[in-house]
Amino acid sequence: MVPMQDMDDLLNAHPFFAGLSPRLLEELAGCARNERFDAGDYLFQEGGVADRFYILRHGQVAVEVKAPHAGAVVLETLHTDDTLGWSWLVPPHHWTFDARAVTLVRAVSLDGVCLRGKMETDHELGFHLLSRFVPVMGERLRAARLQMLDLYAPPGLTPPA
Amino acid sequence: MDAAAAAALADRLTETAAAARLPASLTEGDPWRPRPFRIDRWRRDLSDTFTVDLVPLDGPPLTFAPGQFNMLYVHGAGEVPISISGDPDQPERLVHTTRAVGQVTNAMKALRVGDTLGVRGPFGTPWPVEAAFGHDVVIVAGGIGLAPLRPLIHAVLARRERFGTVVLLYGARTPEDILYRAAVTAWRGRFDMSVHVTVDRATGRWSGPIGMVTKLIARGGFDARDTMAYVCGPEVMMRHAAQALIDKGVAAERLFLSMERNMKCAIGLCGHCQWGADFVCKDGPVFRYDRVAARLAQAEV
Ligand SMILES: Cc1cc2nc3c(=O)[nH]c(=O)nc-3n(C[C@H](O)[C@H](O)[C@H](O)COP(=O)(O)OP(=O)(O)OC[C@H]3O[C@@H](n4cnc5c(N)ncnc54)[C@H](O)[C@@H]3O)c2cc1C
Ligand code: FES
Repeated sequence: MVPMQDMDDLLNAHPFFAGLSPRLLEELAGCARNERFDAGDYLFQEGGVADRFYILRHGQVAVEVKAPHAGAVVLETLHTDDTLGWSWLVPPHHWTFDARAVTLVRAVSLDGVCLRGKMETDHELGFHLLSRFVPVMGERLRAARLQMLDLYAPPGLTPPA
Repeated sequence: MDAAAAAALADRLTETAAAARLPASLTEGDPWRPRPFRIDRWRRDLSDTFTVDLVPLDGPPLTFAPGQFNMLYVHGAGEVPISISGDPDQPERLVHTTRAVGQVTNAMKALRVGDTLGVRGPFGTPWPVEAAFGHDVVIVAGGIGLAPLRPLIHAVLARRERFGTVVLLYGARTPEDILYRAAVTAWRGRFDMSVHVTVDRATGRWSGPIGMVTKLIARGGFDARDTMAYVCGPEVMMRHAAQALIDKGVAAERLFLSMERNMKCAIGLCGHCQWGADFVCKDGPVFRYDRVAARLAQAEV
Protein backbone atom coordinates (compact mmCIF):
# COMPACT_ATOMS: atom_id res chain seq x y z
CA MET A 1 0.00 0.00 0.00
CA VAL A 2 1.41 3.36 -1.07
CA PRO A 3 0.82 6.22 1.35
CA MET A 4 -1.71 8.76 0.08
CA GLN A 5 0.80 11.56 -0.39
CA ASP A 6 3.01 9.30 -2.51
CA MET A 7 0.05 8.44 -4.72
CA ASP A 8 -0.62 12.17 -5.23
CA ASP A 9 3.00 12.63 -6.29
CA LEU A 10 2.88 9.59 -8.51
CA LEU A 11 -0.21 10.84 -10.35
CA ASN A 12 1.16 14.35 -10.48
CA ALA A 13 4.31 13.11 -12.18
CA HIS A 14 2.35 11.33 -14.89
CA PRO A 15 1.90 13.21 -18.20
CA PHE A 16 -1.76 12.17 -18.39
CA PHE A 17 -2.54 14.19 -15.27
CA ALA A 18 -0.20 17.11 -15.98
CA GLY A 19 -1.70 20.43 -14.96
CA LEU A 20 -4.36 19.13 -12.57
CA SER A 21 -4.91 21.14 -9.40
CA PRO A 22 -3.83 19.62 -6.07
CA ARG A 23 -7.48 19.24 -5.09
CA LEU A 24 -8.31 17.18 -8.19
CA LEU A 25 -5.16 15.09 -7.80
CA GLU A 26 -6.21 14.31 -4.26
CA GLU A 27 -9.69 13.27 -5.46
CA LEU A 28 -8.08 10.97 -8.03
CA ALA A 29 -5.63 9.54 -5.54
CA GLY A 30 -8.62 8.56 -3.42
CA CYS A 31 -9.70 6.19 -6.21
CA ALA A 32 -6.20 4.97 -7.15
CA ARG A 33 -4.11 2.00 -6.21
CA ASN A 34 -0.85 0.42 -7.26
CA GLU A 35 -0.93 -2.83 -9.17
CA ARG A 36 1.58 -5.32 -10.49
CA PHE A 37 1.21 -7.96 -13.19
CA ASP A 38 3.59 -10.67 -14.24
CA ALA A 39 4.20 -11.42 -17.90
CA GLY A 40 1.22 -13.38 -19.20
CA ASP A 41 -1.27 -12.03 -16.65
CA TYR A 42 -4.42 -10.41 -17.96
CA LEU A 43 -5.17 -6.88 -16.78
CA PHE A 44 -8.70 -7.47 -18.04
CA GLN A 45 -10.55 -9.65 -20.53
CA GLU A 46 -13.20 -9.02 -23.15
CA GLY A 47 -16.72 -9.00 -21.74
CA GLY A 48 -15.55 -8.45 -18.16
CA VAL A 49 -16.85 -5.56 -16.09
CA ALA A 50 -14.92 -2.41 -16.93
CA ASP A 51 -14.55 -0.97 -13.48
CA ARG A 52 -11.19 0.79 -13.80
CA PHE A 53 -8.52 2.24 -16.05
CA TYR A 54 -4.76 1.97 -15.86
CA ILE A 55 -1.81 4.28 -16.05
CA LEU A 56 1.21 2.20 -17.05
CA ARG A 57 4.29 3.01 -15.00
CA HIS A 58 6.52 0.30 -16.38
CA GLY A 59 6.33 -2.52 -18.92
CA GLN A 60 4.41 -3.48 -22.02
CA VAL A 61 0.76 -4.49 -22.40
CA ALA A 62 -0.76 -6.12 -25.49
CA VAL A 63 -4.31 -5.14 -26.39
CA GLU A 64 -5.71 -8.14 -28.21
CA VAL A 65 -8.82 -9.77 -29.52
CA LYS A 66 -9.54 -13.47 -29.79
CA ALA A 67 -10.14 -14.25 -33.44
CA PRO A 68 -11.60 -17.53 -34.65
CA HIS A 69 -8.85 -19.88 -35.92
CA ALA A 70 -6.15 -17.22 -35.39
CA GLY A 71 -5.84 -17.30 -31.62
CA ALA A 72 -5.21 -13.92 -30.04
CA VAL A 73 -4.47 -11.11 -32.49
CA VAL A 74 -2.56 -8.21 -30.99
CA LEU A 75 -4.05 -4.89 -32.09
CA GLU A 76 -1.48 -2.68 -30.45
CA THR A 77 0.91 -2.59 -27.55
CA LEU A 78 0.98 0.03 -24.81
CA HIS A 79 4.03 1.09 -22.87
CA THR A 80 5.36 3.15 -20.00
CA ASP A 81 3.29 6.32 -19.51
CA ASP A 82 0.41 5.11 -21.71
CA THR A 83 -3.21 5.07 -20.52
CA LEU A 84 -5.19 1.85 -20.84
CA GLY A 85 -8.99 1.48 -20.93
CA TRP A 86 -11.95 3.79 -21.28
CA SER A 87 -14.85 1.31 -21.23
CA TRP A 88 -15.39 2.32 -17.59
CA LEU A 89 -16.66 5.66 -18.96
CA VAL A 90 -19.22 4.24 -21.35
CA PRO A 91 -22.27 2.13 -20.36
CA PRO A 92 -22.70 -0.82 -20.18
CA HIS A 93 -19.12 -0.73 -18.83
CA HIS A 94 -17.79 -3.93 -20.38
CA TRP A 95 -14.27 -4.43 -21.72
CA THR A 96 -14.25 -4.81 -25.50
CA PHE A 97 -10.73 -6.30 -25.72
CA ASP A 98 -8.25 -8.32 -23.72
CA ALA A 99 -5.25 -6.62 -22.14
CA ARG A 100 -2.31 -8.93 -21.41
CA ALA A 101 0.96 -8.11 -19.71
CA VAL A 102 3.82 -8.89 -22.13
CA THR A 103 6.48 -8.08 -19.54
CA LEU A 104 6.38 -7.37 -15.87
CA VAL A 105 3.93 -4.46 -15.60
CA ARG A 106 3.65 -1.92 -12.82
CA ALA A 107 0.60 0.28 -13.08
CA VAL A 108 -1.72 2.53 -11.15
CA SER A 109 -5.37 1.58 -11.49
CA LEU A 110 -8.13 4.10 -10.99
CA ASP A 111 -11.43 2.71 -9.79
CA GLY A 112 -14.17 3.52 -12.31
CA VAL A 113 -17.09 3.21 -9.89
CA CYS A 114 -15.35 5.51 -7.44
CA LEU A 115 -14.55 8.00 -10.23
CA ARG A 116 -18.00 7.91 -11.81
CA GLY A 117 -19.50 8.62 -8.39
CA LYS A 118 -17.28 11.66 -7.94
CA MET A 119 -17.72 12.91 -11.49
CA GLU A 120 -21.52 13.01 -11.11
CA THR A 121 -21.27 15.75 -8.54
CA ASP A 122 -17.80 17.11 -9.22
CA HIS A 123 -18.14 18.39 -12.78
CA GLU A 124 -14.73 20.03 -12.70
CA LEU A 125 -13.18 16.62 -12.15
CA GLY A 126 -15.39 15.18 -14.90
CA PHE A 127 -14.40 17.91 -17.34
CA HIS A 128 -10.68 17.52 -16.70
CA LEU A 129 -10.73 13.73 -16.93
CA LEU A 130 -12.76 13.70 -20.15
CA SER A 131 -10.63 16.38 -21.76
CA ARG A 132 -7.65 14.11 -21.12
CA PHE A 133 -9.32 10.95 -22.39
CA VAL A 134 -10.68 12.36 -25.65
CA PRO A 135 -7.25 13.11 -27.21
CA VAL A 136 -6.02 9.64 -26.22
CA MET A 137 -9.07 8.11 -27.90
CA GLY A 138 -8.52 10.30 -30.97
CA GLU A 139 -4.88 9.27 -31.19
CA ARG A 140 -5.74 5.56 -30.91
CA LEU A 141 -8.38 5.94 -33.59
CA ARG A 142 -5.90 7.66 -35.91
CA ALA A 143 -3.33 4.92 -35.33
CA ALA A 144 -5.95 2.22 -35.93
CA ARG A 145 -6.98 3.82 -39.23
CA LEU A 146 -3.38 4.00 -40.42
CA GLN A 147 -2.80 0.40 -39.44
CA MET A 148 -5.93 -0.54 -41.38
CA LEU A 149 -4.46 1.08 -44.51
CA ASP A 150 -1.68 -1.52 -44.39
CA LEU A 151 0.79 1.10 -45.62
CA TYR A 152 3.72 -1.23 -46.22
CA ALA A 153 1.78 -3.88 -48.13
CA PRO A 154 2.97 -4.90 -51.60
CA PRO A 155 1.27 -2.52 -54.11
CA GLY A 156 -1.14 -5.17 -55.40
CA LEU A 157 -2.41 -5.84 -51.90
CA THR A 158 -3.02 -2.25 -50.80
CA PRO A 159 -6.70 -1.77 -50.02
CA PRO A 160 -8.23 1.27 -51.73
CA ALA A 161 -7.72 4.29 -49.46
CA MET B 1 17.19 -2.03 -73.68
CA ASP B 2 19.85 -3.20 -76.13
CA ALA B 3 23.02 -1.25 -76.88
CA ALA B 4 21.67 0.32 -80.08
CA ALA B 5 18.49 1.48 -78.39
CA ALA B 6 20.48 2.87 -75.47
CA ALA B 7 22.73 4.77 -77.86
CA ALA B 8 19.71 6.11 -79.75
CA LEU B 9 18.14 7.26 -76.49
CA ALA B 10 21.38 8.89 -75.41
CA ASP B 11 21.59 10.74 -78.72
CA ARG B 12 18.03 11.92 -78.44
CA LEU B 13 18.59 13.14 -74.90
CA THR B 14 21.80 14.89 -75.89
CA GLU B 15 19.92 16.73 -78.64
CA THR B 16 17.28 17.72 -76.11
CA ALA B 17 20.02 19.04 -73.87
CA ALA B 18 21.55 21.03 -76.70
CA ALA B 19 18.15 22.43 -77.59
CA ALA B 20 17.63 23.40 -73.97
CA ARG B 21 21.06 25.13 -74.01
CA LEU B 22 22.28 23.31 -70.97
CA PRO B 23 25.58 24.36 -69.48
CA ALA B 24 28.39 22.20 -70.82
CA SER B 25 29.22 21.06 -67.30
CA LEU B 26 25.96 19.18 -67.13
CA THR B 27 26.46 17.29 -70.37
CA GLU B 28 30.17 16.67 -69.83
CA GLY B 29 29.80 13.63 -67.62
CA ASP B 30 27.16 12.49 -70.07
CA PRO B 31 24.33 11.99 -67.60
CA TRP B 32 22.26 10.45 -70.41
CA ARG B 33 24.44 7.48 -71.13
CA PRO B 34 24.19 4.55 -68.73
CA ARG B 35 27.52 3.10 -67.62
CA PRO B 36 27.71 -0.69 -67.48
CA PHE B 37 28.02 -2.23 -64.01
CA ARG B 38 28.38 -5.89 -63.13
CA ILE B 39 26.36 -7.52 -60.37
CA ASP B 40 29.04 -8.68 -57.94
CA ARG B 41 26.68 -9.86 -55.23
CA TRP B 42 22.95 -10.60 -55.13
CA ARG B 43 20.97 -11.35 -52.03
CA ARG B 44 17.34 -11.69 -51.08
CA ASP B 45 16.31 -9.47 -48.16
CA LEU B 46 12.58 -10.21 -48.04
CA SER B 47 10.24 -12.25 -50.22
CA ASP B 48 9.88 -9.34 -52.67
CA THR B 49 12.99 -7.30 -51.85
CA PHE B 50 16.59 -7.87 -52.90
CA THR B 51 19.95 -6.10 -52.77
CA VAL B 52 22.60 -5.96 -55.49
CA ASP B 53 26.21 -4.84 -55.11
CA LEU B 54 27.46 -3.37 -58.38
CA VAL B 55 31.00 -2.77 -59.63
CA PRO B 56 31.80 -0.65 -62.70
CA LEU B 57 32.98 -2.39 -65.87
CA ASP B 58 34.59 0.84 -67.02
CA GLY B 59 36.14 3.72 -65.12
CA PRO B 60 36.08 4.71 -61.47
CA PRO B 61 33.40 3.90 -58.89
CA LEU B 62 30.55 6.35 -58.27
CA THR B 63 30.91 8.57 -55.26
CA PHE B 64 27.61 9.66 -53.82
CA ALA B 65 26.00 11.43 -50.91
CA PRO B 66 23.40 9.74 -48.65
CA GLY B 67 19.89 10.17 -50.08
CA GLN B 68 20.93 10.27 -53.74
CA PHE B 69 19.62 7.83 -56.33
CA ASN B 70 20.64 6.23 -59.61
CA MET B 71 18.69 5.39 -62.71
CA LEU B 72 19.13 1.64 -63.24
CA TYR B 73 18.66 0.18 -66.72
CA VAL B 74 17.61 -3.41 -67.00
CA HIS B 75 18.33 -4.51 -70.54
CA GLY B 76 15.14 -5.22 -72.43
CA ALA B 77 12.91 -4.01 -69.60
CA GLY B 78 13.53 -0.32 -68.93
CA GLU B 79 14.93 2.14 -66.46
CA VAL B 80 13.88 2.96 -62.87
CA PRO B 81 15.06 5.35 -60.16
CA ILE B 82 16.48 3.46 -57.17
CA SER B 83 18.13 5.03 -54.13
CA ILE B 84 21.69 4.16 -53.24
CA SER B 85 21.60 2.21 -50.00
CA GLY B 86 25.26 1.41 -49.33
CA ASP B 87 27.98 3.07 -47.28
CA PRO B 88 29.09 6.40 -48.80
CA ASP B 89 32.59 5.79 -47.40
CA GLN B 90 32.85 2.58 -49.47
CA PRO B 91 31.84 3.75 -52.94
CA GLU B 92 33.69 0.92 -54.68
CA ARG B 93 30.55 -1.17 -54.12
CA LEU B 94 27.43 0.46 -55.41
CA VAL B 95 24.60 -1.00 -53.34
CA HIS B 96 20.92 -0.87 -54.28
CA THR B 97 17.98 -2.44 -52.45
CA THR B 98 14.89 -2.86 -54.57
CA ARG B 99 11.38 -4.09 -54.01
CA ALA B 100 9.96 -5.93 -56.99
CA VAL B 101 6.64 -4.23 -57.71
CA GLY B 102 6.30 -4.04 -61.48
CA GLN B 103 7.82 -4.61 -64.87
CA VAL B 104 11.36 -3.28 -64.48
CA THR B 105 11.92 -4.16 -60.85
CA ASN B 106 10.74 -7.73 -61.45
CA ALA B 107 13.10 -8.03 -64.41
CA MET B 108 15.89 -6.76 -62.16
CA LYS B 109 15.00 -9.32 -59.53
CA ALA B 110 15.59 -12.08 -62.09
CA LEU B 111 19.21 -10.97 -62.69
CA ARG B 112 22.09 -12.75 -60.97
CA VAL B 113 25.77 -12.35 -60.18
CA GLY B 114 27.73 -11.63 -63.37
CA ASP B 115 24.82 -9.96 -65.19
CA THR B 116 25.16 -6.31 -66.15
CA LEU B 117 23.00 -3.28 -65.42
CA GLY B 118 23.19 0.24 -66.86
CA VAL B 119 23.68 2.98 -64.28
CA ARG B 120 23.15 6.73 -64.62
CA GLY B 121 23.75 8.96 -61.66
CA PRO B 122 24.05 9.75 -58.89
CA PHE B 123 21.21 12.25 -58.99
CA GLY B 124 19.17 14.34 -56.59
CA THR B 125 19.54 16.20 -53.34
CA PRO B 126 21.15 14.44 -50.36
CA TRP B 127 20.11 14.14 -46.73
CA PRO B 128 21.92 17.04 -45.06
CA VAL B 129 24.39 15.40 -42.68
CA GLU B 130 26.70 18.20 -41.57
CA ALA B 131 23.73 20.43 -40.75
CA ALA B 132 23.03 18.00 -37.91
CA PHE B 133 26.45 18.42 -36.28
CA GLY B 134 25.83 19.36 -32.67
CA HIS B 135 22.21 18.21 -32.74
CA ASP B 136 20.26 15.09 -31.90
CA VAL B 137 19.47 12.93 -34.92
CA VAL B 138 16.14 11.15 -35.35
CA ILE B 139 15.75 8.83 -38.33
CA VAL B 140 12.24 7.56 -39.03
CA ALA B 141 11.80 4.78 -41.59
CA GLY B 142 8.77 2.88 -42.84
CA GLY B 143 9.02 -0.36 -44.82
CA ILE B 144 11.47 -0.17 -47.76
CA GLY B 145 12.07 3.47 -46.69
CA LEU B 146 14.92 2.17 -44.56
CA ALA B 147 16.98 1.60 -47.76
CA PRO B 148 17.46 5.28 -48.73
CA LEU B 149 18.22 6.06 -45.08
CA ARG B 150 20.93 3.45 -44.60
CA PRO B 151 23.71 5.59 -46.18
CA LEU B 152 22.71 8.35 -43.77
CA ILE B 153 22.97 5.97 -40.82
CA HIS B 154 26.45 4.94 -42.03
CA ALA B 155 27.47 8.58 -42.42
CA VAL B 156 26.20 9.52 -38.96
CA LEU B 157 27.86 6.55 -37.26
CA ALA B 158 31.15 7.28 -39.08
CA ARG B 159 31.22 10.71 -37.39
CA ARG B 160 29.31 9.63 -34.31
CA GLU B 161 31.07 12.07 -31.96
CA ARG B 162 29.73 15.05 -33.92
CA PHE B 163 26.10 14.35 -32.95
CA GLY B 164 24.03 14.25 -29.80
CA THR B 165 21.57 11.40 -29.22
CA VAL B 166 21.05 9.24 -32.31
CA VAL B 167 17.70 7.49 -32.65
CA LEU B 168 16.38 5.14 -35.33
CA LEU B 169 12.62 4.51 -35.35
CA TYR B 170 11.50 1.85 -37.82
CA GLY B 171 8.04 0.61 -38.70
CA ALA B 172 7.58 -2.59 -40.69
CA ARG B 173 4.52 -4.55 -41.74
CA THR B 174 5.33 -7.70 -39.78
CA PRO B 175 8.43 -8.96 -37.92
CA GLU B 176 9.26 -10.98 -41.05
CA ASP B 177 9.36 -7.76 -43.10
CA ILE B 178 12.15 -6.09 -41.13
CA LEU B 179 14.70 -5.01 -43.73
CA TYR B 180 18.46 -5.39 -43.07
CA ARG B 181 17.67 -7.42 -39.97
CA ALA B 182 21.32 -8.15 -39.18
CA ALA B 183 22.27 -4.46 -39.43
CA VAL B 184 19.25 -3.36 -37.39
CA THR B 185 20.16 -5.90 -34.72
CA ALA B 186 23.77 -4.68 -34.70
CA TRP B 187 22.70 -1.04 -34.40
CA ARG B 188 20.40 -2.01 -31.54
CA GLY B 189 23.36 -3.49 -29.74
CA ARG B 190 25.36 -0.26 -29.82
CA PHE B 191 25.67 1.87 -26.74
CA ASP B 192 25.68 5.12 -28.71
CA MET B 193 22.45 4.70 -30.63
CA SER B 194 18.89 3.80 -29.73
CA VAL B 195 16.83 1.69 -32.09
CA HIS B 196 13.11 1.02 -31.78
CA VAL B 197 11.21 -1.21 -34.17
CA THR B 198 7.44 -1.50 -34.32
CA VAL B 199 5.26 -3.65 -36.58
CA ASP B 200 1.68 -3.27 -37.79
CA ARG B 201 0.80 -6.86 -37.06
CA ALA B 202 2.52 -9.82 -35.56
CA THR B 203 2.03 -13.47 -35.01
CA GLY B 204 4.10 -15.87 -33.00
CA ARG B 205 7.11 -14.85 -31.00
CA TRP B 206 7.37 -11.10 -31.59
CA SER B 207 7.48 -9.43 -28.20
CA GLY B 208 8.26 -5.91 -29.40
CA PRO B 209 5.82 -3.04 -29.90
CA ILE B 210 2.85 -3.30 -32.24
CA GLY B 211 1.45 -0.10 -33.71
CA MET B 212 2.34 2.82 -35.93
CA VAL B 213 5.79 4.35 -36.02
CA THR B 214 4.13 7.63 -34.97
CA LYS B 215 3.72 6.13 -31.51
CA LEU B 216 7.48 5.62 -31.26
CA ILE B 217 7.93 9.30 -32.09
CA ALA B 218 5.44 10.33 -29.40
CA ARG B 219 7.39 8.31 -26.86
CA GLY B 220 10.45 10.49 -27.48
CA GLY B 221 13.92 9.79 -26.13
CA PHE B 222 15.47 12.80 -27.89
CA ASP B 223 15.59 16.55 -27.33
CA ALA B 224 12.95 17.59 -29.87
CA ARG B 225 13.89 21.26 -29.74
CA ASP B 226 17.43 20.45 -30.81
CA THR B 227 16.81 17.65 -33.28
CA MET B 228 17.34 17.07 -36.99
CA ALA B 229 14.83 14.54 -38.28
CA TYR B 230 14.94 12.44 -41.46
CA VAL B 231 11.87 10.55 -42.66
CA CYS B 232 11.41 8.05 -45.48
CA GLY B 233 8.55 5.68 -46.22
CA PRO B 234 5.18 5.59 -47.95
CA GLU B 235 3.77 9.09 -48.38
CA VAL B 236 0.91 8.64 -45.90
CA MET B 237 3.36 7.38 -43.30
CA MET B 238 5.69 10.35 -43.91
CA ARG B 239 2.83 12.82 -43.52
CA HIS B 240 1.82 11.40 -40.18
CA ALA B 241 5.39 10.92 -38.98
CA ALA B 242 6.23 14.54 -39.86
CA GLN B 243 3.15 15.72 -37.96
CA ALA B 244 4.08 13.59 -34.94
CA LEU B 245 7.61 15.09 -34.98
CA ILE B 246 6.21 18.64 -35.21
CA ASP B 247 3.77 17.88 -32.38
CA LYS B 248 6.74 16.71 -30.34
CA GLY B 249 8.49 20.04 -30.90
CA VAL B 250 10.84 19.38 -33.84
CA ALA B 251 11.17 22.48 -36.05
CA ALA B 252 9.72 22.12 -39.57
CA GLU B 253 12.95 23.49 -41.06
CA ARG B 254 14.95 20.74 -39.34
CA LEU B 255 12.79 17.99 -40.79
CA PHE B 256 13.61 16.29 -44.10
CA LEU B 257 11.79 13.70 -46.14
CA SER B 258 12.35 11.89 -49.42
CA MET B 259 9.66 11.92 -52.10
CA GLU B 260 9.00 9.50 -54.94
CA ARG B 261 7.59 10.38 -58.33
CA ASN B 262 7.87 8.54 -61.64
CA MET B 263 10.95 9.62 -63.56
CA LYS B 264 12.34 9.55 -67.08
CA CYS B 265 15.35 11.84 -67.59
CA ALA B 266 16.32 12.30 -63.90
CA ILE B 267 18.11 15.56 -64.69
CA GLY B 268 15.33 18.11 -64.60
CA LEU B 269 14.43 18.23 -68.28
CA CYS B 270 11.43 16.13 -69.13
CA GLY B 271 9.07 17.27 -66.40
CA HIS B 272 7.92 13.73 -65.71
CA CYS B 273 8.60 13.97 -62.00
CA GLN B 274 7.02 17.37 -61.52
CA TRP B 275 5.55 17.93 -58.08
CA GLY B 276 4.03 21.36 -57.70
CA ALA B 277 6.78 23.86 -58.51
CA ASP B 278 9.56 21.27 -58.12
CA PHE B 279 11.08 18.47 -60.13
CA VAL B 280 11.63 15.63 -57.70
CA CYS B 281 14.71 14.41 -59.62
CA LYS B 282 16.73 17.61 -59.17
CA ASP B 283 14.99 19.67 -56.45
CA GLY B 284 14.52 16.44 -54.51
CA PRO B 285 14.10 13.64 -53.71
CA VAL B 286 15.10 15.00 -50.28
CA PHE B 287 13.02 18.03 -49.36
CA ARG B 288 12.88 20.25 -46.30
CA TYR B 289 9.48 19.74 -44.73
CA ASP B 290 8.48 23.39 -44.31
CA ARG B 291 8.94 23.91 -48.06
CA VAL B 292 6.57 21.09 -49.03
CA ALA B 293 4.20 20.69 -46.10
CA ALA B 294 1.24 22.43 -47.79
CA ARG B 295 1.72 20.39 -50.96
CA LEU B 296 2.12 17.17 -49.05
CA ALA B 297 -1.23 17.70 -47.37
CA GLN B 298 -2.95 17.61 -50.77
CA ALA B 299 -3.35 14.01 -51.84
CA GLU B 300 -2.30 13.98 -55.51
CA VAL B 301 -0.20 16.83 -56.86
C1 LIG C 1 14.04 9.00 -56.04
C2 LIG C 1 13.45 7.63 -55.98
C3 LIG C 1 14.08 6.66 -55.24
C4 LIG C 1 13.57 5.37 -55.17
N1 LIG C 1 14.25 4.43 -54.44
C5 LIG C 1 13.80 3.17 -54.42
C6 LIG C 1 14.53 2.16 -53.73
O1 LIG C 1 15.58 2.41 -53.14
N2 LIG C 1 14.04 0.90 -53.74
C7 LIG C 1 12.87 0.59 -54.39
O2 LIG C 1 12.47 -0.57 -54.37
N3 LIG C 1 12.15 1.52 -55.03
C8 LIG C 1 12.59 2.80 -55.09
N4 LIG C 1 11.88 3.74 -55.79
C9 LIG C 1 10.63 3.33 -56.46
C10 LIG C 1 10.92 2.65 -57.78
O3 LIG C 1 11.50 3.59 -58.63
C11 LIG C 1 9.64 2.11 -58.40
O4 LIG C 1 9.14 1.09 -57.60
C12 LIG C 1 9.92 1.59 -59.77
O5 LIG C 1 10.10 2.67 -60.65
C13 LIG C 1 8.80 0.72 -60.27
O6 LIG C 1 9.06 0.36 -61.62
P1 LIG C 1 8.50 -0.98 -62.26
O7 LIG C 1 8.66 -0.87 -63.74
O8 LIG C 1 9.07 -2.16 -61.61
O9 LIG C 1 6.99 -0.95 -61.86
P2 LIG C 1 5.76 -0.44 -62.73
O10 LIG C 1 5.40 -1.51 -63.70
O11 LIG C 1 6.03 0.90 -63.25
O12 LIG C 1 4.66 -0.37 -61.56
C14 LIG C 1 5.03 -0.12 -60.22
C15 LIG C 1 3.93 -0.50 -59.27
O13 LIG C 1 3.13 0.62 -59.07
C16 LIG C 1 1.84 0.32 -59.45
N5 LIG C 1 1.35 1.51 -60.13
C17 LIG C 1 1.70 1.92 -61.36
N6 LIG C 1 1.08 3.06 -61.65
C18 LIG C 1 0.31 3.36 -60.59
C19 LIG C 1 -0.59 4.42 -60.28
N7 LIG C 1 -0.81 5.43 -61.14
N8 LIG C 1 -1.20 4.41 -59.06
C20 LIG C 1 -0.97 3.42 -58.18
N9 LIG C 1 -0.15 2.39 -58.43
C21 LIG C 1 0.48 2.37 -59.62
C22 LIG C 1 1.88 -0.87 -60.34
O14 LIG C 1 0.71 -1.63 -60.24
C23 LIG C 1 3.05 -1.60 -59.78
O15 LIG C 1 2.65 -2.41 -58.71
C24 LIG C 1 12.37 5.05 -55.85
C25 LIG C 1 11.70 6.03 -56.57
C26 LIG C 1 12.24 7.31 -56.65
C27 LIG C 1 11.54 8.36 -57.43
S1 FES D 1 12.59 12.99 -64.42
FE1 FES D 1 12.71 14.39 -66.06
S2 FES D 1 12.47 16.25 -65.03
FE2 FES D 1 12.60 14.85 -63.40
